[in-house]
Amino acid sequence: MKDLIQTLAEAWGPSGHEAAVREVVLRLLEGHVDDTRVDALGNLVVRKAAAGGAAAAPKVMLAAHMDEIGVIVTHVDAEGFLRFAPVGGILTGNLIGTRVAFEDGTVGVIGSEKRDDASKAPKLDELFIDVGARERAGVRQKVGDAAAFRHGVDWSNGRPITPNHDDRIGCAVLVETLRRLAPGPNEVFGVFTVQEEIGVRGAAPSAFGVAPDMAVALDVTGTGDTPEARPMAVRLGHGPAIKVKDGGMIAHRGVRALLERRAEQAGIAVQLEVLTGGTTDAMAIQTSRAGVPTGALSIPSRYVHTPSQIVDLGDVEGAVRLLVAVLAQPLEGVVDGR
Amino acid sequence: MDVNLLRRLSEAPGVSGNEGAVRRIVAEALRDHADRLWADTIGNVFALRRGAAPPEGGVSDPGAGFRVMVAAHMDEVGLMVTDIGDDGSLSFEAVGGIDARVLVSQPVRVGGSGVPGVIGVKPVHLTAGGEREQAVAIGSLRIDIGADGRDAAARRVKRGDYAVFATEMLDLGPTLLGKAFDDRGGCAMLLDLLADRYPFDVCGVFTVQEEVGLRGARVAAHALAPQAAFVLECGITDDTPKKRDDTPVTRLGHGPAITVMDSTMIADPRLVRHLVATAEAEGIPYQLRAPKGGGTDGGRIHLAREGVPTAVVSIPCRYLHTPASLISKSDFENAVRLVRAALHRLTPEVVAR
Amino acid sequence: MNLDPEHWLGRLTEAPGVSGHEAEVADVVREAWTPFVDEIRVDALGNLIALRRGALSRTAGGAADAPSILLASHRDEIGLMVTLIEAGGFLRFTTVGGWDPRVILAQAVTVHGRTPLPGVVGARPPHVVPPDQRSKVVPLDELFVDVGLPEADVRASVRVGDVITMRRRTTRLHGDRWTGKAMDNRASVLAVTLALEALADRRHAWDVYAVATVQEEIGLKGAATAAWGVAPTLAIAIDVSFAKQPGAGDVSYKLGGGPLLGFGPNIHPRLFEGLRTAAEQLEMAHHVEPVAGASGTDAWAIQVAQAGIPTALVGIPLRYMHSTVETVALPDIQRAGRLMAHYIGGLTAESADGWVDDVAWWDESD
Repeated sequence: MKDLIQTLAEAWGPSGHEAAVREVVLRLLEGHVDDTRVDALGNLVVRKAAAGGAAAAPKVMLAAHMDEIGVIVTHVDAEGFLRFAPVGGILTGNLIGTRVAFEDGTVGVIGSEKRDDASKAPKLDELFIDVGARERAGVRQKVGDAAAFRHGVDWSNGRPITPNHDDRIGCAVLVETLRRLAPGPNEVFGVFTVQEEIGVRGAAPSAFGVAPDMAVALDVTGTGDTPEARPMAVRLGHGPAIKVKDGGMIAHRGVRALLERRAEQAGIAVQLEVLTGGTTDAMAIQTSRAGVPTGALSIPSRYVHTPSQIVDLGDVEGAVRLLVAVLAQPLEGVVDGR
Repeated sequence: MDVNLLRRLSEAPGVSGNEGAVRRIVAEALRDHADRLWADTIGNVFALRRGAAPPEGGVSDPGAGFRVMVAAHMDEVGLMVTDIGDDGSLSFEAVGGIDARVLVSQPVRVGGSGVPGVIGVKPVHLTAGGEREQAVAIGSLRIDIGADGRDAAARRVKRGDYAVFATEMLDLGPTLLGKAFDDRGGCAMLLDLLADRYPFDVCGVFTVQEEVGLRGARVAAHALAPQAAFVLECGITDDTPKKRDDTPVTRLGHGPAITVMDSTMIADPRLVRHLVATAEAEGIPYQLRAPKGGGTDGGRIHLAREGVPTAVVSIPCRYLHTPASLISKSDFENAVRLVRAALHRLTPEVVAR
Repeated sequence: MNLDPEHWLGRLTEAPGVSGHEAEVADVVREAWTPFVDEIRVDALGNLIALRRGALSRTAGGAADAPSILLASHRDEIGLMVTLIEAGGFLRFTTVGGWDPRVILAQAVTVHGRTPLPGVVGARPPHVVPPDQRSKVVPLDELFVDVGLPEADVRASVRVGDVITMRRRTTRLHGDRWTGKAMDNRASVLAVTLALEALADRRHAWDVYAVATVQEEIGLKGAATAAWGVAPTLAIAIDVSFAKQPGAGDVSYKLGGGPLLGFGPNIHPRLFEGLRTAAEQLEMAHHVEPVAGASGTDAWAIQVAQAGIPTALVGIPLRYMHSTVETVALPDIQRAGRLMAHYIGGLTAESADGWVDDVAWWDESD
């Protein structure tokens, strides 16, 4: 699991540039799935047939997004400093001094214009990227080039810290689930989606293509267990969180109940999640075609959308075990769950 | 370019949801060279150009094979009358994104028959201290059609009537000044492009309701299920003088702009590379549009069904969404050249996975 | 059979049904609609979809291609949801749907735990609140629900994610004005019920899909999937709109002044004209409601389902929207029901044609 987390976290992939992550996932899944395809937007769809190849088996879609937040160059100025726009929900308060990496490996530092009130978060147009260039001619970057927070994994008290647990940790859970899962009563589609961070864009087309009978998105959620945090019941290390609601959707009650029931049967600690802002691929999948019973399983993560995100390995392991338990058995109570 | 056609398109009223006048111009222009011309219930117009090399058996099957959608929107931002006051003045709301500050002291035309009106302003002599520094709110503006009282006004206009800027297009030589180039400029481009035949089926779609949420393109793309799409736009420039050394987004007169990313989509990188390669091979000037805000029909088209590889080519347009915007003739011509060449050079392999 | 509208207005509005948790109110809707429809089903998101067959599909032995019209009224209401159980058994919560935070303080509520628990949103007595704070709104993070039970009992009964509804009896005010919670949009569910009842007494050619949609208040979700699944020829969304009240601007309509007919990009012009003509034939008071862009109703989602569905919007004037004292005039609801039934009754086999020509080549000349 540790290697898996490390490997996925080190792949470069801001929204719209998920090819490297896709290659890593494909390699990690070699020999574990029945077929794979990449759709028009770049979503990777892998399929694991039901036992005996039962044609009428229910289709379950599990989605984790490959992309991470980042920045994109809008302008190279006369001195070679790069102005940029956000790719996804970056928080300007965390940016000054942050290192970002371009696809070719170039590292830049985010700097700021003079600021009269340093106690306030800077405005985006006050910030720029310095790639260490001596003059403009030495700058290889051009308008439209994207960068991600510079990668790297630290392990602190056994907990991994990365700039992109959102959502490589979901990808890790999905990869590991597909590896462990034996063919069962359900046909399983693992979908590694693109462009989640800029408006859950990959999930809807992939769900349209899969047309599942049930779906679960795997993503991170916030916690309420840090000093003076916004009130929230989710705590790091207390098990994966079964989503009830977030800023974009309310989980299907049947899917939520199924996850809770299987967790109880398998003795897996879980928490219930009500997140007041933000959303996941589940939002887009839920309203695909005539509707899909959709829930979400979240890995609690502190400091989401910053360069240093922390998760707990026990929560990750719990999520894998729970998903395997759900997929290995029939989907009771989902379609009539209301 | 056909300046007179663009003039007719620019001057036609066609606020989102009421694109009929533009639709008639487009349909008339297409009658001679569309292989099939139809519309849908929301009002999009589809014009199919069959591929030059249909598969065995002659006519290609619209349900199979490589099919490319090229879209431009017919609608423009404008106003809608929401109430008629006792004094005969008209309250209104904006249809689409209009900065209320550009509405003050502008002539407009209201309703299907184009009743002339003005958006009045309090005499500067009567403004109190500080008032002149304050932007007006759209809710405080009224259209005056010269009617004396509610009954007189109600004989000429009604609640729900649309209003547009009363702008006549001007030919300034290298540039054109007029309203609604966003996106009648794209419509004119698309009409020009549809005169050609390409190696595969091309369906030109003149969409409705882009300015209120990319509504027409969404259903059109679902219906067509194309394998690739190009969106033709007149897009923003921010190339007027400013203090900070920052992006102009696009620059007027520097060629068509190719979108990498905007608020509604990341353009398909393979199509972006194809457009850039085409421009360089053909010696057509182009620019990359800086990834700033704004969106196009592409935002919905690329998410249709299982996803559609989509690119956007835009003519840089100053003063977008105001009564008078400015475009360059050479940008228009180069944009047409670029998309025409890109279509001729396109093969299914470009977007194959 | 004669439906008692006052009885059903009370039943429908008092039933709990926060977005995503609309099962209980579905039971009431099902009971109200069953006498008038041929089939009822629930889709993946929970939309209650009832089919009343028209003469065309009845005589053809249930022909699948008979033209159909979908009537969408959302049955979800805005509410609250438990986010955290604090020491002492106090419940922190978040909102579901668009609340004005000023409305929530001191409201009587029901917490839907293992059993429904009455509670209140606590407010500190004015005696201890510093004067400068009384002019400020209490932030949502600082509000809580008190169900008056010991912490252990609360924990045994309530979990994170449980929904909270407003506890409010539906009451008759002066004359035919009624007030209560969730008039948005159960008033429209009643209008659809009345339309179904009226259609039961007359011949109609088209199939009618009555849909009590879900999750409208959190993004028109149910309407999108219901429209996709039913794929009707035409659709009408019925929702409440702003009635004249203190503080409402130009674009508001007289309570009791009849239903509203939406007009704008969201509305197919021929469907609008058809409804207006129907209102005129009935000599029914009504108003045109200009909608310059997003209508914020199910109509917005339905119009762009699949390859597009000609859609109209019928409005019922309502005061104090998204409060717990939403107020309607019952005759407006009855008129809206009658109007839809009359329009549907006038649809023939031929009326299924021409929806493209009528908009796309439509001549706007006045």
